[in-house]
Amino acid sequence: MASAFEYAPAPESRSVVDIAPSYGLFIDGEFTDAADGKVFKTVSPSSEEVLSEVAQAGAEDVDRAVRAARKAFAKWSALPGSERAKYLFRIARIIQERSRELAVLETLDNGKPIKETRDHDLPLVAGHFFYYAGWADKLGHAGFGPDPKPLGVAGQVIPWNFPLLMLAWKIAPALAAGNTVVLKPAETTPLSALFFADVCRQAGLPRGVVNILPGYGDAGAALVEHPDVDKVAFTGSTAVGKAIARQVAGTRKKLTLELGGKGANIVFDDAPIDQAVEGIITGIFFNQGQVCCAGSRLLVQESVQDEFLDALKRRLSTLRLGDPLDKNTDIGAINSAEQLARIKALAETGEAEGAERWSPACELPSTGYWFAPTLFTGVTQAHTVARDEIFGPVLSVLTFRTPAEAVAKANNSQYGLSAGIWSEKGSRILAVADKLRAGVVWANTFNKLDPTSPFGGYKESGFGREGGRHGLEAYLDV
Amino acid sequence: MPTNALADVTASDSTLRRFLHGLPGVDAVGLEARAASLGTRSIKTTAKAYAIDLAISMIDLTTLEGADTPGKVRGLAAKAVRPDPTDRTTPHTAAVCVYPDMVATAKAALAAAGATDVKVASVATAFPAGRAALDVKLADTRDAVAAGADEIDMVIDRGAFLAGHYMKVYEEIRAVKEASGPARLKVIFETGELSTYDNIRRASWLGMLAGADFIKTSTGKVAVNATPANTLLMLEAVRDFRAQTGVQVGVKPAGGIRTTKDAIKFLVLVNETAGEDWLDDHWFRFGASSLLNDLLMQRQKLATGRYSGPDYVTVD
Repeated sequence: MASAFEYAPAPESRSVVDIAPSYGLFIDGEFTDAADGKVFKTVSPSSEEVLSEVAQAGAEDVDRAVRAARKAFAKWSALPGSERAKYLFRIARIIQERSRELAVLETLDNGKPIKETRDHDLPLVAGHFFYYAGWADKLGHAGFGPDPKPLGVAGQVIPWNFPLLMLAWKIAPALAAGNTVVLKPAETTPLSALFFADVCRQAGLPRGVVNILPGYGDAGAALVEHPDVDKVAFTGSTAVGKAIARQVAGTRKKLTLELGGKGANIVFDDAPIDQAVEGIITGIFFNQGQVCCAGSRLLVQESVQDEFLDALKRRLSTLRLGDPLDKNTDIGAINSAEQLARIKALAETGEAEGAERWSPACELPSTGYWFAPTLFTGVTQAHTVARDEIFGPVLSVLTFRTPAEAVAKANNSQYGLSAGIWSEKGSRILAVADKLRAGVVWANTFNKLDPTSPFGGYKESGFGREGGRHGLEAYLDV
Repeated sequence: MPTNALADVTASDSTLRRFLHGLPGVDAVGLEARAASLGTRSIKTTAKAYAIDLAISMIDLTTLEGADTPGKVRGLAAKAVRPDPTDRTTPHTAAVCVYPDMVATAKAALAAAGATDVKVASVATAFPAGRAALDVKLADTRDAVAAGADEIDMVIDRGAFLAGHYMKVYEEIRAVKEASGPARLKVIFETGELSTYDNIRRASWLGMLAGADFIKTSTGKVAVNATPANTLLMLEAVRDFRAQTGVQVGVKPAGGIRTTKDAIKFLVLVNETAGEDWLDDHWFRFGASSLLNDLLMQRQKLATGRYSGPDYVTVD
């Protein structure tokens, strides 16, 4: 956006956080090398600079970690809930105190804007630990019987889009319920999880209750397969989720999967237009669209599509793409070269299939992984960009004529994770929300997450719920 | 004057009502969230220096007290012309804003200081309540214009608006506009009394349809005055009005903006909502008094690297 009012660079200082040149695996309260000595590099997606070298877990390390977690389980699960709560409250407070360090670290490793890590990720991360700390001594009142028991060792595999937040979603309820955990962060974003390992030590958490194993898919598969794991929790792609479901089929392991989505954001002609535009922007450009519950399909009522698209394009032109550490950046970097290639390929498919592609004038930095915010108009249900999850800043615009058509199109997806409704008419919102097959339906807002609210999907978006009272169920023997 | 694109809107009471009630609704939570999110912009160094000077140049330096005297108004006028006597590169304010009976004094004081481009704005139309007969309001307006006011800040009849008598409000604005002659007309809605964002959007369009040169939030005399959210909403209205009619209308938040930080947040709203065409004292104003000294202190801080303190700016 060229304007007389040019915002001078306002970078958050990266010196607030110390990044070690190398990190080990966190097993049984200690940082340790991988058994086979393997390491991998983690880079900053905005600059391709190598941030650190991290030990790469293999099957042998997984076994060590699971044994450590098993050993710790006996004592941890026998602690009164009020004692476990104290550790969780302590962790929550340390996260708040160190949130500036964590926000910078997450932004460096993930590529998302500091505005988001500072204002969304970190407050929610602390919020989840506070929330589940509160449940730890009230499990008998959660609706799962008078004295529900933990499952044992939880094997948790998390994605790279919200590295620390997904860790919080997994670890906080697990610990509150009395389980111990082995968690594998994604290979492109291991640093905040390793920082969290340090937070656990600072909080005096008993050894082995939390184990962190950076690594690739093979480590995740080894964790899922390990015979002494009682519970598997996975957030990530639907393809991997299906593989995991096959792996654990026929075992005693309890499984929750939080997978992909192709959320429909439905704009009726009586919508609060300016706020709906903001909601669509938040829905698809928050975290560069690398959000499983992203509102990646816009369904706009045909009678307002022209004015709405004009407003949307005008607003898109004001998005500020660039240095993720700059406090005024709205759109950061794509997490990895691999993800960028996938987004590019799907966008090219969209064009090849005849959808009309539009992006605002937008200069992309020369190093790093970047993709300009993109709209596809003239999209129909038959287009790939209307069906496949792109997991990038790409919005597919479709139209509808009647509420029934909107519902039919919104539900016509292999996924069912999120949906949004924009209307000033309360009765319409309630009627439509009732018919949408999506785990979360937002009305006149989008991507609002809260520790007290259950989150999860229908259909190929997965099963099980995380967050809220419901989130405890996945970690209790009920 | 209603422009052609919307000429039929004001044909009758019912067409006007239908139009105003047909404007898109405002979701309060979403509006406030957007205003808050723009409030997190970090404006530093060169951008801050630009914003401070721009903000100073946009101030309607205001005194609207029963206790106003010629001496007080002369002090204000001198301050408007030379806000910082220690630094002559400081821009002057856009205007001084006074009651109608102080217009002549203000005008003379500005002339004596040699400032021909600092405007005199006068509130009128039985400011701040607006509870008077139309004749009285028009006489009030003509007085101010006759005394040399360059700009008239009128208040709408909130009672009529809240009772749904939109045509009455419209016609009153038209009449005041006519009585204002060459003076630019700012229409004050007293947003704190209109209370809902839907009302503020309707009032904005009503004012613009009636020929307002500026739409202005408030008098500064009620509990809730200018807020980022109500100003953002009015900026959306002027943006959309120009897109439909080609006519550009200014915006003036007034009351409660006291710090540089606040002022910069409003300028960010202008920049990212209406756009840079409004980043000019012809199209955006701050109705304020204490804001100026805070801007001057921040300006000195940027120039010297040190905070000077309140004894290094003039108190008028």
